[in-house]
Amino acid sequence: MKICVLIKQVPDKDSSLNISDDHLTLVENNITWVSNESDNYALEEALLLKEKHGGEVIACTLGKDSARQVLKDALAKGADRGIFISDSSFDNLDVLSLGKIIASSLEKENFDIIMSGLQSDDQGNSQLGLILAELLNMSHATLGMGTEVVDDSTIKVKKELEGGWFQWTKLSLPASISIQSGINSPRYATLKGIMMVKKKTVDEVTSGDVAADALESNVTINKIYVPDKTKETQFIEGSPDEISEKLVELFRNDIKVLN
Amino acid sequence: MKILVYIQQDDGKLNSVSLEALKGAQEIAAQTGGTVSAICFNSDVTTQLAGYDLTEVLLAEDDKLNTFNPLFYLKAMEDIAKAESPDIIVFGHSYEARDWAPRLSVRLDIPLISDCIGFKKEDELTFIRSIYQGKLNSDSVVKNGAFIVSFQSGAFRVDGIQSGSAEVRNVTVDLSEVNDSISPEEKFQEAEQAVDLTQAEVIVSVGRGIGKEENLEMVRELSKILGAEIAASRPVVDAGWLESSRQVGSSGQTVSPKLYLALGISGAIQHVVGMKGSKHIVVINKDSNAPLFEIADYGVVGDIFEIVPQLTEKLQNA
Ligand SMILES: Cc1cc2nc3c(=O)[nH]c(=O)nc-3n(C[C@H](O)[C@H](O)[C@H](O)COP(=O)(O)OP(=O)(O)OC[C@H]3O[C@@H](n4cnc5c(N)ncnc54)[C@H](O)[C@@H]3O)c2cc1C
Ligand SMILES: Nc1ncnc2c1ncn2[C@@H]1O[C@H](COP(=O)(O)O)[C@@H](O)[C@H]1O
Repeated sequence: MKICVLIKQVPDKDSSLNISDDHLTLVENNITWVSNESDNYALEEALLLKEKHGGEVIACTLGKDSARQVLKDALAKGADRGIFISDSSFDNLDVLSLGKIIASSLEKENFDIIMSGLQSDDQGNSQLGLILAELLNMSHATLGMGTEVVDDSTIKVKKELEGGWFQWTKLSLPASISIQSGINSPRYATLKGIMMVKKKTVDEVTSGDVAADALESNVTINKIYVPDKTKETQFIEGSPDEISEKLVELFRNDIKVLN
Repeated sequence: MKILVYIQQDDGKLNSVSLEALKGAQEIAAQTGGTVSAICFNSDVTTQLAGYDLTEVLLAEDDKLNTFNPLFYLKAMEDIAKAESPDIIVFGHSYEARDWAPRLSVRLDIPLISDCIGFKKEDELTFIRSIYQGKLNSDSVVKNGAFIVSFQSGAFRVDGIQSGSAEVRNVTVDLSEVNDSISPEEKFQEAEQAVDLTQAEVIVSVGRGIGKEENLEMVRELSKILGAEIAASRPVVDAGWLESSRQVGSSGQTVSPKLYLALGISGAIQHVVGMKGSKHIVVINKDSNAPLFEIADYGVVGDIFEIVPQLTEKLQNA
């Protein structure tokens, strides 16, 4: 089974996000970059499938130079090789264009499965996996919380639905599957794995390698900004001791949950 | 501006997120001088739909559309979009929409601006998205041509929907060529929910800010003295630190206790939808910009490891 895992580099959840003067980008020097959370689960699921059924796992990212790190991390955890798609003309494209670029970069590989995270923690489009499914003529499933290979041409995916419901869905391969967090327990890289990274290859893709019409994006972001506060939250201040005292009073007198 | 709203039906009922999206479509039409029609794949919901202020209700019926299968839904919408040429196709951003709207965007080669929290009509029609897990917003504009937009749960209030009386028009779709590479099976729930949080008066809820499993002990002590149930955000459950039936949010339980005390939870929309109905929301978070403060009645900007032990001690002596 030949499996591609898409991994996006995003700011760590605890990074402070300061908007640049252009109102479009973030000030990057206080951001710690990490692999998107659900993508870690997608990588783990791909590695588990490979361990069970054999095959190859290829990690792919589209991003700035710093995004090479997510490929290194994936290779250290056990991916066999990487595909790095990078070009300054890919900045500021909408997700449909990014999908076209990634699809044309992956097309010749003829993957059996493309795994992605269910959504990116920065842009949160929740679209890319399905965009690839359509462009590469694959079946698909979203919010995967389990996988089960049936035979060489079929996989079953347990999809998460709203409010605690689930549904198994049978997919003919090739399939694009987006993975929900919690499906497995992502591994850490071992020292041996980290040593192996240098021996593995990463193919590079730039704008010359992709269809030109992908570089025309039809959505413009005019600005990014901190949302307005609309609710009057009453803030409780002081030392931890004073705050605790005030909370006890609040629980007793206002919210009335102490007997 | 011709707006077409897709109305999802769940077991013969109108899906509430797509109904909110219909309200959004009415608001867009009011501000742009456009018209709104609805499209649905099930006649059980057409009577209710026809009672809203719509140009018409389109109904595409086919046995293959009775239950959700993305490939059949896609082909049906493709046929309808080609016949009706809407300028905007509107979806509610439900789990079901996640499973086919992006493919429709490729099929029609038009952009999908997904999971919007609202819109504004300035010089251009601008859609507002919540990015970086609710920490920032972005304003998006489509340069030209038709497009698809999906709206997040809670973006509009259904009680403001304009009523009226719309004609129902049957439309035909051709699903004969659609392949069966995706075959959904029956929906199911995992074994009985072990914990019922819906009846709890007091909930102490923990998020990723708890850091590691051992630290939960401090929360157990606090909830014991408060007579509270412990709940959690998704990452705590994903890590296996608490059982999944304690998860609050779109893929967990929906709760409305008298007191919801949130410890180290940032306030992503998927968590908020499960607890925003709580009577009193108290949030402790070290980041003053955490989105959850936006829905908090009372907020403490501080470290849970400093406050929670003190609070427990004070409650013990109270
Ligand atoms: C389809 C879908 C369904 C989902 N369903 C759910 C769901 O049902 N329920 C759910 O919860 N999530 C759900 N999620 C995930 C959701 O998007 C968020 O990722 C999740 O809610 C974040 O959890 P968190 O706030 O605990 O973690 P984070 O976002 O990482 O926030 C941790 C917070 O802790 C604070 N903190 C850290 N240390 C301390 C300290 N010492 N003292 C005080 N504060 C501290 C930080 O400032 C931060 O605000 C879903 C996502 C998707 C895409
Ligand atoms: N630039 C990128 N590089 C690699 N994978 C990506 C990229 N953008 C999105 N993805 C993948 O697509 C998933 C969904 O992203 P999105 O549609 O932006 O929410 C992510 O979880 C990743 O797996």
